[in-house]
Amino acid sequence: MKVTIDGIEIDVPKGTTILEAARMIGPEVAPPTMCYYSSLKTSGGYCRTCIVKVTQGSAANPTPMPKPVASCRTEVMDGMVVENTINKDVLEARKGVVEFLLMNHPLDCPVCDQAGECSLQDLGYEHGAAKTRYEFPRREFERIDIGKYVQLHMNRCIMCFRCVKVAEQLTDNRVHGVMHRGDAAEISTYIENVIENEFSGNVIDVCPVGALTDKTFRFKSRVWFTKPVDATCDCKKCSGKVRLWMKGPDVLRVTSRKNIWGEAEEFICNTCRFERKNVSDWKVEGPSQIHRSSVISQNHYNHLNELKVQIMKQQKALGFMDINKRP
Amino acid sequence: MGRKLLIHNDHVPNIHTLEVYRAHGGYASVEKALKTMQPDQITDEVKTSGLRGRGGAGFPTGMKWSFLAKPEGVPRYLVCNADESEPGTFKDRYLMEKIPHALIEGMITSSYALGAKTSYIYIRGEYFYVARIVEAAIAEAYAAGWLGKNILGTDFSHDCYVQVGGGAYICGEETALLESLEGKRGNPRIKPPFPAVAGLWGCPTVVNNVETIAAVVPIVNMGGEEYAKIGVGKSTGTKLISASGHINKPGVYEIELGITVEDFIYSDEYCGGIRNGKKLKAVVAGGSSVPILPTELILKTAKGEPRLMTYESLADGGFQTGTMLGSGGFIAMDEDTSIVKNLFTFARFYHHESCGQCSPCREGTGWMEKILQKFLNGTANESDVELLWDIQSKIEGKTICPLGEAAAWPVAAAIRHFKHEFLEIAKNKKFVDISHYDRLNLVRA
Repeated sequence: MKVTIDGIEIDVPKGTTILEAARMIGPEVAPPTMCYYSSLKTSGGYCRTCIVKVTQGSAANPTPMPKPVASCRTEVMDGMVVENTINKDVLEARKGVVEFLLMNHPLDCPVCDQAGECSLQDLGYEHGAAKTRYEFPRREFERIDIGKYVQLHMNRCIMCFRCVKVAEQLTDNRVHGVMHRGDAAEISTYIENVIENEFSGNVIDVCPVGALTDKTFRFKSRVWFTKPVDATCDCKKCSGKVRLWMKGPDVLRVTSRKNIWGEAEEFICNTCRFERKNVSDWKVEGPSQIHRSSVISQNHYNHLNELKVQIMKQQKALGFMDINKRP
Repeated sequence: MGRKLLIHNDHVPNIHTLEVYRAHGGYASVEKALKTMQPDQITDEVKTSGLRGRGGAGFPTGMKWSFLAKPEGVPRYLVCNADESEPGTFKDRYLMEKIPHALIEGMITSSYALGAKTSYIYIRGEYFYVARIVEAAIAEAYAAGWLGKNILGTDFSHDCYVQVGGGAYICGEETALLESLEGKRGNPRIKPPFPAVAGLWGCPTVVNNVETIAAVVPIVNMGGEEYAKIGVGKSTGTKLISASGHINKPGVYEIELGITVEDFIYSDEYCGGIRNGKKLKAVVAGGSSVPILPTELILKTAKGEPRLMTYESLADGGFQTGTMLGSGGFIAMDEDTSIVKNLFTFARFYHHESCGQCSPCREGTGWMEKILQKFLNGTANESDVELLWDIQSKIEGKTICPLGEAAAWPVAAAIRHFKHEFLEIAKNKKFVDISHYDRLNLVRA
């Protein structure tokens, strides 16, 4: 099926969503997502940040769709024409969504462990307004303790439902979910139950904001001062393919490996995530590939080294003097 | 006197019992359908009749039925949406309370047409006493053989169940209703797939309003062609209107679609004019979510033609100068009504009823309510009017289900037609309540 997104045509198989098609083209046309997670079934459709305008429904029926659609939950039709970043209305609507998401968010980034790898920070930076027009007190929830590993900060939550889907699809008995409704809706466990499950730690990885964070990493370091390396171990419960976040010789944090869309490649078990905090527990593969523009990359140098080597090669080819042999 | 097809017997004592209902020609449509008609014939009759969904959207019922997927070996369901929660609408309650058998008769006939062996009536939680009336009627129907195995000796068997909701407005949205019926949290589903393909328990399902299902009875009895003769253009048949507000005779009226709005408000047959000799200020014509219109626009269209009680005429002029027939919740307001305060009541309702699934509605409805509260407190600025307008435009059309629109439209229409009232409060920094009473005590210190 042929679909055109922001003027770029691509051929995709039947059943592909607009978002998946856009991701196949590349990050420059892919709409931002806050609730969609490709490995979680029925995720997406809630946050409305990925809305796009369909200006031509299909080749057979070229009428445009009347309303903007959630690209993550709309399948492409043959000959569909989609406008994302080139459509002013879409950008304006997205700005509105960002404002809604940030309205009640505490903006406590200086003390939030997610800062630096937070989707809401990125989204706000790229699509938000500089100032909120909301002048009322922000919503606050009572804190509840959901166990020794995972910290729940409900005030930061944007209700993406990803953690609920993880619990539903990955663990054998879900004890947390959405309580109440409307703007009083919250992620919680029934009667402050503790989440005890071998894969419950994955809710931390899927959380786009700092609502669910790692208690074993709490206030240990800003993420950009840690260096990510890929490592493996022989784990009986999961694949054992993880990312270690090191500071000097210490393993401060263990997470799953994430792809360029910020999604976990393989989910890992709690033992790997919370218990194996020594380098000797792991077989280190090498530094992780982190996108150069990410704040995380500022403290790890392999890209800079690559860049330096490249520049020096070019300079040498042009007949420049070697930078290290300069008088 | 207009023709009545649905509630013509509502004055008969004990019409809620099977005996009296049968004596007045009840269950004739079931006899006619099961003995003389094929299921598809009924769907064709409904198509010919031009019946449109009476729940609010006005989608042609026959077409909806024909969309129902019919895969082999998969059960199909008919679900009756009796979760009537739109503020200003109370017609289904009246129908179920007075003549419950009219609904059950419609359920049997419609189920036969759709090939549904099981049907459900999802009744709003607050209508628990109505649920008892309907359940009693269903028990009577089972005892008399109108429900159960081999109805009237034919191959057709049918079971009908009543489910009482938890009292959430959102469960009136068809996919949220299905979720709730399945025993889950009543959150709207993301469409597609539509219920006609994957509805209740993933099976093809038709969800119809109470009045729509009841209207199938006269259509089968008199024939679709005869039914289509009533009304104007694509608005055929009769419609129940719940009239409320500052009128002399509030209540449920069955009208022939096509009478003028002026006639409906001022004639003695219907609302009987505005009470206490006051003047009409504005009308919400189809339940709280449709745009409010000032007197000059509700009585006459922008072109100067008299406005009729039809789907098309009320929508004439789009949202700039028109509104919608909606569910038929007709709320008339006299000259002593504050539009701002009325809007606050609506906004508060939608804030309270938002399910919290998608961001614009979850956050936006509460924000709009808070700003309107500022108007009532007299602390609003002129820029707040622009802000309200901007918020509603960012909710409308960006949500999963129509609750977002339902919350945004009244705000948009009130600002469109009554902006001066907002600006006056902002300028004087004072809200003067011009209504006679403040029973709800809405203004908080």
